[in-house]
Amino acid sequence: MTDTALIGMVSAFTAGMTIAIGSISNAFGQSRALAQALQSMAQQPDESNTITRTLFVGLAMVESSAIYCFVISLILIFANPFWGAVAGG
Amino acid sequence: MTLSPDEIVYFSLGPLKISATLVFTWITMAVLVALSWLATRNLRVEGALSRPQHVAEAVVEFLVSEIRGTMQLDARPYLPFVGTIFLFIAMSNILSIIPGYHQPAGSLTTTAALAVAVLLAVPAFGIARVGLRRYLMSYLEPTPLMLPFTILGEITRTLALAVRLFGNIMSGTVVVAILLSIAPLFFPVIMQVFGLLIGVLQAYIFAVLAMVYIASAASESDKRIERRGAQAEPPAGASKGGNT
Repeated sequence: MTDTALIGMVSAFTAGMTIAIGSISNAFGQSRALAQALQSMAQQPDESNTITRTLFVGLAMVESSAIYCFVISLILIFANPFWGAVAGG
Repeated sequence: MTLSPDEIVYFSLGPLKISATLVFTWITMAVLVALSWLATRNLRVEGALSRPQHVAEAVVEFLVSEIRGTMQLDARPYLPFVGTIFLFIAMSNILSIIPGYHQPAGSLTTTAALAVAVLLAVPAFGIARVGLRRYLMSYLEPTPLMLPFTILGEITRTLALAVRLFGNIMSGTVVVAILLSIAPLFFPVIMQVFGLLIGVLQAYIFAVLAMVYIASAASESDKRIERRGAQAEPPAGASKGGNT
């Protein structure tokens, strides 16, 4: 197997695994937060403004880890730094 | 497929490359300036208000109430900075429904610039409110051992701000581009609408996070007073405070 094929195979596999694991764990965390926020809003409808604002900020914080995974998998597919090593060397 | 509008270079003046990011940032700024000029052309207090004035007042009112609710401080000093960030990101996302418009927020350079602006604004607002000495002392709280972690936290949260906005906007563009090659008839439109929602939400989140960071630096003195007050209170009062 040539180096190029090996790098391509590993990159594609790693990109898929990165986005899969990153998104599933992130979805669990976000859905827990959302469920808790809905419950709190049902119990205290007066506080729904504060809860919604905090929920959005929290979701954004949690989501950033999934975004990192997405960026890394995109780099692996579209802008792989290891292609240059093979092509240049 | 172009991942970022940085790759589209219209012309270059020596080492200075005028890329699509720059051009569309200028277009967004021009649109914002033109809209605010239209809205504030003839402001009135009494009688029939013009429609643009209603819209402008609603936007400013929304921003002021959000700043007051999130920061628990007077909104006036922070409105220009936070409002500009929110309006710029929101406008650049809303304009992206126009075909041929490349979102400046879909490039890491724009989002990094915005995040660096927040990084610089945090100490600026903090020093303006609590003074240089007290602001620097806040880095040594609760113990000087935490100083490297506090500095590290400031850097990583700036990085997170930039990459979060970039990743969200860019992912929307990429998903639409991929769908265009798979199912070009109907689905890209749905994803575009979804991307519009995400874009405005991300503008809101970016502004709220900037507010939270600024508020954590600016209200350092208030926190210390509260902490001292809580210690002085008897334990019965503290438990009552927890319930309310």
